Amino acid sequence: MSELHHRSALSRRTFLVCLAGTVATFGFGPAEGAAEGPGVNPFEPTIWYSVDRNGIVTVNFIRAEMGQHIGTAIARILADELEVDWSNVRIFAVDTDPKWGLMITGGSRSVWTDFPIYSRAGAAGRIALIEGGAQLLGVSPSQCLARNGAVVTSNRSIAYGEIIRRGRPTRQFTPDELAQLPIKTASERRLIGKSVDALDIPAKINGAARYGIDAVVEGMVYARPKIPPTRNGSVVHAVDDSAAKRIKGYLTSLVLKDPSNTVPGWVVVCATSYPAAIRAADLVKVDWIVGDGAQVSERDILDHGAKQIDARDGGALVVDDPGIDSAFRSARSTLKRTYTTGSVLHAQLEPVNALAVEKDGRFEIHTGSQWQSLILPVLAQALRLPQERIVMRTYPLGGGFGRRLNGDYAVPAALAAQALGKPVKLVLTRPDDMRFDSFRSPSIQTLRLAFDDRGKVTAMEHNASAGWPSAVAAPSIMRKTADGTPYDPDAIDGANHWYDVGAQRVRALSNDLANSAFRPGYLRSVGPGWTNWAVESFMDEAALMVHADPVAFRIGLLNGAGRNAGLAPSAVGGAKRQAAVLKRAAEKAGWGAPMPRDTGLGVATSFGQERAMPTWFACVARVHVDRRSGAVAVEKLTIVVDAGTVVHPDGALAQVEGSVLWGLSMALYEGTEFVKGQVRDTNFDSYTPLRIGDVPELDIELVDSIEAPVGLGEPGTTVVAPAIGNAIFAATAIRLRHLPIRPDTVRQALASQRTGH
Amino acid sequence: MTSFHINGRTVTVDAEDDTPLLWVIRDVIGLTGTKFGCGIGMCGACTVHVGGRPTRSCITPLASIAGANVTTIEGLDPEGRHPVQKAWADLQVPQCGYCQSGQIMQAASLINDFPSPTDQDIDAVMAGNLCRCMTYVRIRAAIKQAAAQSARKVTEK
Repeated sequence: MSELHHRSALSRRTFLVCLAGTVATFGFGPAEGAAEGPGVNPFEPTIWYSVDRNGIVTVNFIRAEMGQHIGTAIARILADELEVDWSNVRIFAVDTDPKWGLMITGGSRSVWTDFPIYSRAGAAGRIALIEGGAQLLGVSPSQCLARNGAVVTSNRSIAYGEIIRRGRPTRQFTPDELAQLPIKTASERRLIGKSVDALDIPAKINGAARYGIDAVVEGMVYARPKIPPTRNGSVVHAVDDSAAKRIKGYLTSLVLKDPSNTVPGWVVVCATSYPAAIRAADLVKVDWIVGDGAQVSERDILDHGAKQIDARDGGALVVDDPGIDSAFRSARSTLKRTYTTGSVLHAQLEPVNALAVEKDGRFEIHTGSQWQSLILPVLAQALRLPQERIVMRTYPLGGGFGRRLNGDYAVPAALAAQALGKPVKLVLTRPDDMRFDSFRSPSIQTLRLAFDDRGKVTAMEHNASAGWPSAVAAPSIMRKTADGTPYDPDAIDGANHWYDVGAQRVRALSNDLANSAFRPGYLRSVGPGWTNWAVESFMDEAALMVHADPVAFRIGLLNGAGRNAGLAPSAVGGAKRQAAVLKRAAEKAGWGAPMPRDTGLGVATSFGQERAMPTWFACVARVHVDRRSGAVAVEKLTIVVDAGTVVHPDGALAQVEGSVLWGLSMALYEGTEFVKGQVRDTNFDSYTPLRIGDVPELDIELVDSIEAPVGLGEPGTTVVAPAIGNAIFAATAIRLRHLPIRPDTVRQALASQRTGH
Repeated sequence: MTSFHINGRTVTVDAEDDTPLLWVIRDVIGLTGTKFGCGIGMCGACTVHVGGRPTRSCITPLASIAGANVTTIEGLDPEGRHPVQKAWADLQVPQCGYCQSGQIMQAASLINDFPSPTDQDIDAVMAGNLCRCMTYVRIRAAIKQAAAQSARKVTEK
């Protein structure tokens, strides 16, 4: 996910701390310029946290809880500065409200974004409590410190709860004061980086956790959609529900009228139970006027991308260094290679669903969402209501992975509830969910490299064409190149790598055929999930061309020169830190040791999601190739990660485990194909993500660091496929340039190798 | 009308005979810990015990379990402290958590059938339970820990 140009609520508002009679309220006053001042009641409801009379701290968080234990990480950040006992900390996932500002969970950004906000909010609260406590103890605040939820001076102390019960002081911080509040140095931390159990886990072990699909309200009807033959442009011509009327509990089939055009051509089949809705929908016949996407298949999209790349004009020049064309003209030798990736489904295990309830002209939408701020205005448009009259209730997500950044599934539930005048719980079956997925677009990339007489890299060009998620769903987060051309960073990040390659050009091409044929989606690790397949496969091919060791070749280019030096606060050390994880991974994996027959080590590295927030990753894959079947067995993945400060170490490790195995799954086990307007695979019989028996040995090391915390949810996915591709080359000397890698492809490549083609 | 026992109590349900047990458990009885993932028995999220055996409730017709004992995640242990659940907490297995009821129900019968499970046993028995967050490393470790603790308990008895 690319950066959103919203200033944080914190920077715009005055942070206020007030110890009132019942609760300590640490809130934000109105936005600057609004009527405000000591005489006006300055206190909004508590924003980031509250402390009650018993000293219990409740931390409000706006991020989606989708497996990353984000509530726990945020609460650690706050509680460390606030100096409270961890057993007195609770977390609360808030519903939508304008006061929260932008609500989004994506891009591996949550800890990175929230660390400064919650640490300073905690520090401000601590200062206020120390002042309040000092007053009650009759000493100066400078004689006090805060520990374990109490203010302490020499041999006396007063608990936060008591300060709140007895105290009346207020304390106000201007935005400048807040921004300058010192936060702890790494050595002073008591909770961050220390082991703790995730607060969301107990309910996920006893069946108590309630996801969106578990939401119920009195009087609701169940619904299942008829998914039209194309994502865009289908129009309902006629509906025949005569056969469905045999189904006990069948109510009606609604042809949705959607002013937001989010779900064109949708028919929603309603019944008194979900199994009845499933069966009735199977029997409802819809005659559609079919959209143009029905003429489009995967090959057409890749061919279209190849043409875009071949046409030398067009696209967005995300990086465009002077001298690149002359460097290629004067090159002693050049290398040019093309890499492709196929469509990938999210296949999150909880099918998308939403429960919409209208009460007194206001709508409540119960659903899991990663980007409430994106879908709320769309819901408002669809329902023809002011946005203020819609609230989204928050639930943990049965998998996000970017699928729930696109909240399109909330719209049909809301429209059906509006049309029916009853609460509607819309649940997609697995095939519905997969056909309606905003999946990862197929991609095609052509890379060129120029070498001088001495084999030094002097220029690099990277062209990439794919569907652009942001162009379709979120134009507001598009960026612009130096010459003002808009582009989707989530469809090119990764190509702007940290290697020193001389003059560089990165050209991003929006595959308009993909954009119109389906809705390209954000999928775990977005652009770098496929751009790095090209970059890191290509680096191996380049090393081979100049007879260099793949690790040494990369380290030579990760020299931290020029723009790759890295800037504070988040990229201190720059390419040198990438070189360090690469070196460490190679050492750990026994790089250079002789391998058994048909077995090889392959390496890949990455900076994660975006240059402004680099997470340094390196992976060495050890694979064995079975020459008869073409099967690739990944025996071991060695991973070294530098993510700066790690807030919740076990959660961080879990994210690395999960993301790395996602990378493996996308490389070898899953993947679909777009065929005439639809994805080919619609259930887990033919769509086959990695299962337990496919898991290789994992050796994961997180670098001990006190640098700024960055993201960990996605970056692990970016390194695995190229490491495997490079390992297959090391084992067999066959070079694969398409993802996913299938045994058939390997076998064919081995056969071509034998016949010399 | 179909009667059966769920988590120790008897229920009588008015639903079509071929209604998948999953929806009866979730929407009629209101126990939502059992999850819907695929509807074709390929992901394991809907796993419950019928007569003590792990069963995919999404493809189990209601009529087929008449009179049977059904156990869901909510009934696996009165305090939610079954050895598998304890190991799951110790090793912090769940991420999004959606598949975990099914994983736990499958694992509970695994350690019953294989008191000292090998990696091959685990691969074979857990192959039908998909975890999209890919918590497999911890699932494997937690099964071994739960089995070891159950074995210790048996010895102590």
